Amino acid sequence: MAEPITIAAPVAQTRPPSRVKTLLTQPKVLFGGGFILLLLVIAIFAPLIAPKDPLEQDLMLGSLPPAWIDGTEPGYYLGTDDLGRDVLSRLLYGSRIALFVAFVSASLAALIGTVLGLLAGWYGGWTDRIISRIVDIWMAFPPVLLSILLVAVFGSGVHSVIAAIVIIDWTRFCRVVRAETLAQAQLDYITAARTVGFSRMKILTREIFPNIVPVLIALVSLEMGIAVVVEAILSFVGLSVSSDTPTWGGMIAQGRQLIHHTWWLLVAPLAVLFATVLAFNQLGAGLRRALDPVMRR
Amino acid sequence: MTDALLNVTGLSAVSDREGGLPVLRDVNLSLRKGEVRGLVGESGAGKSTIAKAILGILPRTVRVTGGWINFKGRDLLGMKPPELRNIMGSEISLIPQDPQTALNPGRRIGVQLADGLRLKRGLSAKAAEARALQLLADVQIRDPDRAMASFPHQLSGGMRQRVLIAAAFAVEPELVVADEPTTALDVTVQKEILRLIRHMQEVQGTGVLFVTHDLGIVAQICDSVTLLYGGKVIEDGPVRSVLENPQHAYTRALIAAGPRYDRPDAGLEPVPEEVFRALRQEIGIR
Amino acid sequence: MDRNLLVATGIEVTYGKRASLFGSGKPPTPVLHGVDIHIGRGQTIGIVGESGSGKTTLGRALLRLVDVSSGNITFDGKDITHIPENEIRPLRRRMQMIFQDPMASLNPRHTIRRILTGPLLLHGIAGDTAEALNRVKTVLDRVSLPAACLDRYPHELSGGQRQRIGIARAVLMQPDFVLADEIVSGLDVSTQAQALKLLKELSTELGLAMAFISHDLSVIRAICDHVYVLRLGRVVEEGPCERVFASPSAAYTRALLDAIPLPEYDPGWLERKTEV
Repeated sequence: MAEPITIAAPVAQTRPPSRVKTLLTQPKVLFGGGFILLLLVIAIFAPLIAPKDPLEQDLMLGSLPPAWIDGTEPGYYLGTDDLGRDVLSRLLYGSRIALFVAFVSASLAALIGTVLGLLAGWYGGWTDRIISRIVDIWMAFPPVLLSILLVAVFGSGVHSVIAAIVIIDWTRFCRVVRAETLAQAQLDYITAARTVGFSRMKILTREIFPNIVPVLIALVSLEMGIAVVVEAILSFVGLSVSSDTPTWGGMIAQGRQLIHHTWWLLVAPLAVLFATVLAFNQLGAGLRRALDPVMRR
Repeated sequence: MTDALLNVTGLSAVSDREGGLPVLRDVNLSLRKGEVRGLVGESGAGKSTIAKAILGILPRTVRVTGGWINFKGRDLLGMKPPELRNIMGSEISLIPQDPQTALNPGRRIGVQLADGLRLKRGLSAKAAEARALQLLADVQIRDPDRAMASFPHQLSGGMRQRVLIAAAFAVEPELVVADEPTTALDVTVQKEILRLIRHMQEVQGTGVLFVTHDLGIVAQICDSVTLLYGGKVIEDGPVRSVLENPQHAYTRALIAAGPRYDRPDAGLEPVPEEVFRALRQEIGIR
Repeated sequence: MDRNLLVATGIEVTYGKRASLFGSGKPPTPVLHGVDIHIGRGQTIGIVGESGSGKTTLGRALLRLVDVSSGNITFDGKDITHIPENEIRPLRRRMQMIFQDPMASLNPRHTIRRILTGPLLLHGIAGDTAEALNRVKTVLDRVSLPAACLDRYPHELSGGQRQRIGIARAVLMQPDFVLADEIVSGLDVSTQAQALKLLKELSTELGLAMAFISHDLSVIRAICDHVYVLRLGRVVEEGPCERVFASPSAAYTRALLDAIPLPEYDPGWLERKTEV
């Protein structure tokens, strides 16, 4: 038979660029991902990178200003706090707690929220009613108070912080995933899968779930940013890890008291916190764009 | 020609999104006062690009590379935005494709109609409202008072399209661009809307550029027709002669390709590939 | 053997259910009021109607994609009206569907290869991936698509090409019955003619029974043997195409026909009114 694909464009013979390539052309992914990657390396190799021991006190070298200001000692690039601890080293070590909390709590919250959201959106009926009602009730609690309350009950420590974030924020994932599942279920490719005879569970895992992944990845990335902030807040009020482990929130709390005297103690951790959250948000937005085959067009 | 209303001469444009691909190739077309001209073609033929160029709403990705759009002796393409705004919505108006989205869902019909009249005709609030009511009666809406007080979602698709026709003709424009105004409608409603557009056009003596992909609609409502393919004018002339005596093989094949309820064997013969090949070669695609 | 493949009698479908304690139920809206349809083996019927006629709902009810509130559906002599989902699944292979919007009906995150081979393996039509791929390639060739399509995603194809993938997916299952819901309404005339011609050829070659849903009587005329005219959930006219198109008995059918603009010079058409 002659080739009658007439006005329809012929199928292009060159493959469109691969996923990875498209990812790397997104400035948001490059910037956000690059920063997070850098932070990850720093967190893992903090003992090798940090110029000083973050816990070592030397009262003779207390309250040194950053390196570009007069009256400093060599080797203390961002100055020292009132106890003479090196600010840069403390920041570098602080990234360990921040990233650990971010990755673990966001992944767990995503896991719980996604499973419940998929079930609620796809099976509907009583499953949906029960899950949705729990979410509604959950969201009526003020999150910051609830997290402080939870950590107070569990006792302070990094595991309590993670538990608090997961318990509060799984609802974010659940709501979005449920709505997205409902939207996808309306589309004809789901009907097509039904007419083919796939089982309901198979349709959920094989057809619907892959279409939710882009939204999910963006949400996870955003959630990591949120988790970093929550951890900082809990450290700020002294409910996270013990006070001798350096955390950004703890440093901010310490810097706040000395703001008029040694401003760099406040500004340095704030700046790092700000950049980290921004990087997570940008990464999330960029990933979503790059991973969505339809949006990518 | 003395009574020419619109003259498009040598209009060419490229799409920057598609790497400088030509979307209009040296298009010529003219419209006399009170004439209804069909602008017809399949998707990608460039018919709505021409309409958008006339209305000055080309997307930023489409760049005009040559030609003129002469409206009553003035070149629309060379006009400054404030000047253009004066003409649009008073001398030239649009009947949009989708009556669902073309009306503001949060405002009452009467207010939306009166707004245009106050802005473009300088009527007082009261006069504008009276005129809007009259217009709704003109487009054969049964209960104009009620329609005035309605929100768009309270009207059917056909009713909304009548409201949009009322809005387009409200300012007594000299040129109306109708952009596939019946594609979203049922066929029985479509006929009423076509009749209404023709009626309003005859009463006001308006020139209408009717964009459509349906040769049947062209046959029944237009005086003349311009057929496009790949951004180029393939056939141009009075409707009857184009339909009964098409000059181009593509036109003949296109007419034959459409299904017809009065012929069981129609609608099953695609435009032959040779015709497309010759056509592309003639235009210079690829 | 019964001459009829699919028989539906007294089909009623009602959307929405009564309000419950938690869900905010909408009041029930009846969409179909007792529709009778029978489709013979290898026969192509047309279901035509304007918006709100219930034609799409009727099609989905025939395939048991929506539940009927009253009436009976038998497929190949078996009553399928209320049988549970797991008993329908084996029957699904035999009753396929082609969709209106080919983009929405293809999973955007699956390659064409996966979309087409998956169902073959599920139903054991092909024993292994290699055999499935062979079958897919044969059918792709039949619908005039190059094998290069296999590694594409749906959005990388044109509208006409996607529609052929939809046709290929249905045909691959070796069905007895295919439901085609408004499948040419978004296509250009020349693409539309290709799809109609292809479907007509396939239905003859494979002995398919088809239900062709459309708002356009001209399209129905081109492809169907028998037509049902639906209005507001009721069949207002039914009969062989030659008869219905030559001398429609219902005023509504006549009005529908008179409202279709034909591409020929007919100065009186616009002013002719047909009252329903």
